[in-house]
Amino acid sequence: MGRTIAQKIFDDHRVGTPDADMHVIRLDAVFCHEITTPPAILDLERRDKDRVFDPDRIKVVIDHVSPAKDSKTALQGKILRAWAHRHAIKDFFDIGANGVCHAIFPEKGFVRPGYTVIMGDSHTCTHGAFGAFAAGVGTTDLEVGILKGVCAFKSPETMRINITGHLPEGVYAKDVILSVIGRIGVNGATNKVIEFAGPVVAAMDMESRMTLCNMAIEAGGTCGICEPDRTTVDYLWPFIKDQYDTPEAALADFARYLPDADAVYSTTIDHDVSALSPMVTFGYKPDNVKPVAEMAGTPVDQIYIGSCTNGRISDLRIAAKVLSGQRISDNVRAIVSPATPKIYAQALEEGLIKIFMDAGFCVTNPTCGACLGMSNGVLAEGEVCASTTNRNFNGRMGKGGMVHLMSPATAAASAIAGSIANSTLFNG
Amino acid sequence: MKSFNGKVLFLDRSDINTDEIIPAKYLTEISREALAPNLLEDLKMDGFDPANDIAGKAVVVTRANFGCGSSREHAPWALEVNGINLVVGESFARIFRQNMFNCGMMAVELPADTIDALFATFAGRETTATTDFEGGTITFSAGDVSRTVPFKISGFDADLVTAGGWVEYADANY
Repeated sequence: MGRTIAQKIFDDHRVGTPDADMHVIRLDAVFCHEITTPPAILDLERRDKDRVFDPDRIKVVIDHVSPAKDSKTALQGKILRAWAHRHAIKDFFDIGANGVCHAIFPEKGFVRPGYTVIMGDSHTCTHGAFGAFAAGVGTTDLEVGILKGVCAFKSPETMRINITGHLPEGVYAKDVILSVIGRIGVNGATNKVIEFAGPVVAAMDMESRMTLCNMAIEAGGTCGICEPDRTTVDYLWPFIKDQYDTPEAALADFARYLPDADAVYSTTIDHDVSALSPMVTFGYKPDNVKPVAEMAGTPVDQIYIGSCTNGRISDLRIAAKVLSGQRISDNVRAIVSPATPKIYAQALEEGLIKIFMDAGFCVTNPTCGACLGMSNGVLAEGEVCASTTNRNFNGRMGKGGMVHLMSPATAAASAIAGSIANSTLFNG
Repeated sequence: MKSFNGKVLFLDRSDINTDEIIPAKYLTEISREALAPNLLEDLKMDGFDPANDIAGKAVVVTRANFGCGSSREHAPWALEVNGINLVVGESFARIFRQNMFNCGMMAVELPADTIDALFATFAGRETTATTDFEGGTITFSAGDVSRTVPFKISGFDADLVTAGGWVEYADANY
């Protein structure tokens, strides 16, 4: 019987089956940040098990509240820093070298096709863009991952979503994934891996694929996953060039993780995007999705461009193109947070930061901060944010605040208009 | 093994997410106990008042996809420090469900019609749940009305509950 990508990865990594439907798999990478890791570290100390399975397979970053905003967040950083040092974890990204985990770890080449990755962060599904099985877990799973290098998962039942047709001008990966979530619902992929495939995904760059996979969790998916192809190889080439003679050799090797032609899927959906327009959320669930045109004119107080969904260089380029020569409305404030120092530096070099600043944006250092209402752009009661992030839950960006999720192009256009607006208005 | 008995809190909504269970601003707390006053603080639901409705409850009965969103284990912890070790629902988000069993707590799935019947019979009444872990049943009672429902969890999940969680189990077996 044919196998899906995730089934092949599980078969390569299985070390135990404690139950008919439960698989303990070996982990190629365990990612850590300062919110969910310190409780794991403290619990390991309490159990007299302060060990790590392999310091080279553990990658650590301070990203959620950076720099620390108060004594409590400073303590979280302190615990993580001391732990990384005492276990000689060399890939530890502290203030100055740090960025949003799901942007910085791919940028460092830490994810490869066929890998298994966990992190105490639900958006770990982002890394499936590389043809890896990457799943968000809680602190206890993370703790066991750190200690033993294993994690338990149910059989990876797979949903195949073929993105078909042609993506219209001004419509992006964010609009695609919002439309997919709107179609299948916030519970539509629970306990399933989503394989994103089809001609539109094949034509996407790695950053767009990461945006797509990033929000698999918003449909309940364990992981979003894309087939490894030449685009994957080209992105990873600087990191793998010593392992393979040619990119073609790498591609041939990664083909091990392509799904079989007769792979068995729990569901297959063809999602045609030829007529898709820019999308935006309303309400407090990510499946409350409408075309921007139907929400146009909805007033907002704040614009936020950043996060593990849309804080990468291509996102900043798209937003800057809309903002070029424009000013944000007097009725709003706007924040852009490049997701990593490398992205920030590149945006400076390309003149994007100047465009943002000339338009009236506040430019912040890389951090998750505002997305989950922890720092750097928290909303007041009753305020509304047009945001490129991934969750519009009640209170997500601040108690009593409201979030509309959208693409960087739509967010930039909304900043200029002072209300939800279509980017084509400014991007002729 | 933890206790799975006590008064029931009915949360009549699907897709209750972990931001609603415990908002992110409290994730800077290092101690689990510090989460106690903020459980379900951001849950918007008609007739629900976290300040008065949570005290003394030990079991939650809810609808589908409970615990969706963020992976934060602070959600089970915030329940646990309020004395709630059992959530019964139509379905759960994967990470939340695993987190519950990893902590030696239980997320028990029941068919939609059973959940409907529990809400119809008991919601709004002072209801007590009594769990027979070995027998695989939960008995709900309010006044002279009582209903016993069977539940199934996997052998692995049962092992986690009896072992008190995943850390010791994994360290002993892998």
